[in-house]
Amino acid sequence: MFGIKLYDTNFRFMHYQKMWMWVSAVVTAVCIAGIAIKGFNFGIDFTGGLTVEVAYQHPVELEPLREKLTKAGFDQAVVQHFGSTHDVLIRTVAQKDVSAKTMTDNMVGVLALPDNSLTIKRTEFVGPQVGDELASNGLLALLAAFIIITVYVSLRYEIRFALGAILGVVHDAVIVSGLFAWFGWLVDLSVLAALLAVIGYSINDTIVVFDRVRENFRTQRGYSPVEVMDSALNQTLSRTTMTSFVTLLVVVVLFMTGGEALHLFSLAMIIGIVAGTYSSIYVASSLSLALGITQDDLVRKDKGKDRAAIDEDLKNDFLQKEAARGVK
Amino acid sequence: MVVQSNSRSVAHIYPAWKAILVILLCVIGFVYALPNIYPEDPAIQVSSVKGDALGDREKEVVQNALTQAGFQVKSVTLDNGQVLIRFNDTETQLKAQDVLKSGLGRSFTVALNLAPSTPAWLQNIGGRPAPLGLDLRGGVHFLFDVDMDTAVASYYQRHLTDIKRLLRNEEIRYQEVAQVGDVFTITLREGQEGSLNKLRTLINKNFPDLTLIDDAGLVTHWQLSKTAVAEFKKFTVQQNVTTLRNRVNELGVAEPLIQQQGERRIVVQLPGVQDSARAKEILGATATLEFRLVDEKGDVQAAIAGRVPSGDKLYSTRDGRQLLLKNDVIVAGDSVTDAKSGLDSQNGSPMVSVNLDEAGGRKMLETTKANVGNRMAVVFIESRVETKTVNGEVVKTRVTTQDVINAAVIRDQFSSRFQITGLDTVHEARNLALLLRAGALSAPMEIVEERTIGPSLGAENIEKGILSIVMGFIAVLVFMAWRYRLFGMYANVALLMNVFIIMALLSALQATLTLPGIAGIVLTMGMAVDANVLINERVREELRNGHTTFAAIQAGYDKAFWTIADSHVTQLLAALLLFAFGSGPIKGFAVTLTIGVITSMFTALMVSRLLVHWTYADKKVSRLSV
Repeated sequence: MFGIKLYDTNFRFMHYQKMWMWVSAVVTAVCIAGIAIKGFNFGIDFTGGLTVEVAYQHPVELEPLREKLTKAGFDQAVVQHFGSTHDVLIRTVAQKDVSAKTMTDNMVGVLALPDNSLTIKRTEFVGPQVGDELASNGLLALLAAFIIITVYVSLRYEIRFALGAILGVVHDAVIVSGLFAWFGWLVDLSVLAALLAVIGYSINDTIVVFDRVRENFRTQRGYSPVEVMDSALNQTLSRTTMTSFVTLLVVVVLFMTGGEALHLFSLAMIIGIVAGTYSSIYVASSLSLALGITQDDLVRKDKGKDRAAIDEDLKNDFLQKEAARGVK
Repeated sequence: MVVQSNSRSVAHIYPAWKAILVILLCVIGFVYALPNIYPEDPAIQVSSVKGDALGDREKEVVQNALTQAGFQVKSVTLDNGQVLIRFNDTETQLKAQDVLKSGLGRSFTVALNLAPSTPAWLQNIGGRPAPLGLDLRGGVHFLFDVDMDTAVASYYQRHLTDIKRLLRNEEIRYQEVAQVGDVFTITLREGQEGSLNKLRTLINKNFPDLTLIDDAGLVTHWQLSKTAVAEFKKFTVQQNVTTLRNRVNELGVAEPLIQQQGERRIVVQLPGVQDSARAKEILGATATLEFRLVDEKGDVQAAIAGRVPSGDKLYSTRDGRQLLLKNDVIVAGDSVTDAKSGLDSQNGSPMVSVNLDEAGGRKMLETTKANVGNRMAVVFIESRVETKTVNGEVVKTRVTTQDVINAAVIRDQFSSRFQITGLDTVHEARNLALLLRAGALSAPMEIVEERTIGPSLGAENIEKGILSIVMGFIAVLVFMAWRYRLFGMYANVALLMNVFIIMALLSALQATLTLPGIAGIVLTMGMAVDANVLINERVREELRNGHTTFAAIQAGYDKAFWTIADSHVTQLLAALLLFAFGSGPIKGFAVTLTIGVITSMFTALMVSRLLVHWTYADKKVSRLSV
């Protein structure tokens, strides 16, 4: 691509694995620290509360609005422009013992300005207990997804691959979450959806690499696990670059033109795709190597035959297939 | 290198039945995705409040009303017992709604709607567009939480009262009847040992849901069965769902969604509604009932003119007729313990059987004894708080509507159990039973989630969201064609087919498309691209390894197959779990992802391969355009 030859490359990825594993560990630690120290700027989807988006006829100053809201008892309200100076977004936590209706009514009453008519574009009220449920349901879904992925990868590949894959995915999720925490970006439902998509993307990327590693372990004899891993990473490099590039292309277009509603979603996706591509190589693959994956682990899975028999089988199989294809 | 392939092996690799199947699936996918590209007409939907099917007569009435007012109408049709009027623009639609609302009266619901303009031939084969979520079309979303604890407590209380009454009536003297949780304790007085057997038989007969769990002489413990409580909870939520549905009908909303979610939640989605305050007021109304005697001697015409006889009040029925009722209330709604619809055992006509509590029964007996041959009416009273802005000030007023929902001749004297017969349809009977119960045992509800999305924001979301996805998609198509040339074009065909089949499946399942759902489609597209990239890179690699063109294609597809299968199956498992555990938006994401993963695998492995096969199978080529 673009004059860069991406096939028959011979990068010694695993040669640098120690260094990159340290980098990953440090970045992950920084991200976890961010989550622990700064915490998330959760949207009302998770905390419960009220969001109101209004469009004024004329541009509005935010400071007077903030003062009015504080006076009316919405002292924790976040007030910001949304898209343009006409549009204002207000977020506030749920008030105790105040119903959805009264809260919305009060808020709209406060927002009314003389000589500047407003239309309500969106109001969202989420009761605190609904928010809690969403968070716990979401976590439960994630946990269940992790477990089932581990089981499936263990069955199809090897338990060390499964652990590597899961840690790679966790690494990506932590990086996306950590950046959102450090920068104080709003974490709402769309970010949760993006996080789910990132996990899906990262798993997909890792599986493709592992699939090639398994294939090479079976066909390449007499190489060390590091060499086999490197050859697999080099062979899939062209595909990894293409797919990441194309997916990034779509998400960057979403980020630039998708409007406010897709802004946070695509931001999380961009971070996640970059992290996911990196982690397939330096987290998932490195870790499964570090966990001591060897040729025998994968090859012995074939019906318990000995090595020579398997080699014979592979050879026959290949010859048969070639013959069946009618190639001369 | 020259490749010769004999036809036998080619047929073996891509047999005709497989090719036909792939083409068939693609055509079906394309056809059923088509309804989504036709625009929607602004429309008005007129239906009967009672739920009866409307016919040509009503259609004509609507048509005349519109012609008289001079509106330009695109078409007026009968559709599923509703009259559907399509307009050319939204302005006429809104004006026509006002005219029809005042012209048709309260027995009809006049709702704004967007009617898909799917052509007849597509409709005939069941083609429908996929419904759009509120975030894409605007509207109001409520989540109600039913106060189950209160409802269950009153359910226990009712059992307690009924047991006491039974014991009194049967002259079993008791010291105490107590209830803790679902266990009832009956303590008989000293010297009532002889009544113990009778007590057991009576309870078993009258309360089949109670089982004796502990028997200590005069003190007996009875447990209410878990299934009975569960049944009651289910019934309560269902009851509230139906009450909400009736109120939504009053609002005049086309295609509302009222659905139970979980054990005690109810979702209400009202597409197109902009005034959430009014919607809340109507949905949150409280209802009561009154049974009153009809003043058969009173002059209704005089009363309409303003001369209401003393001791009477003028009421109107839901279909607009007037009735004079006596001011004295026989029994109020809180006396109704149950109301069920059914069929009359004598003539098989629809009826409602009503149960009153003891006090209500006594009052009813007194009244009916003296009024056999007169009519008794049921008045449904609904009150709600309405907020209006008058001269810049917010004014809250309590609005009460009183309707006669039924008036029937008293055939005989009766007390706490009676039947209302002579109803026209089973539907009417069910509705009446529901309204009778609504005044009595519905559990209180609370709004725990509320979302309003203005229609302009919905339109903006869909416009920007769809536009950016289309742009991203075009970028992918261009890139694939440039990078993989002919194989890239084939991959593009597969990607397009993927989108069509996803849309077709969403339409067929009538799964709602939301913003998170679009996110799922984007991820799917990423996976579909990946699958095609995998195949094409593999084919290139095999070519570099010195394989012949034909062998390279075979090996490329074969070796990529398990990679693609593994990554897709992993994704599918994750998507299914998200669907099972997630709620709302997570579910929306999971649905499109699940569908997309399956279609992406099909299109990447089958569609592009078929195209490649057609191009290269019977030709002698030394180069592949990949």
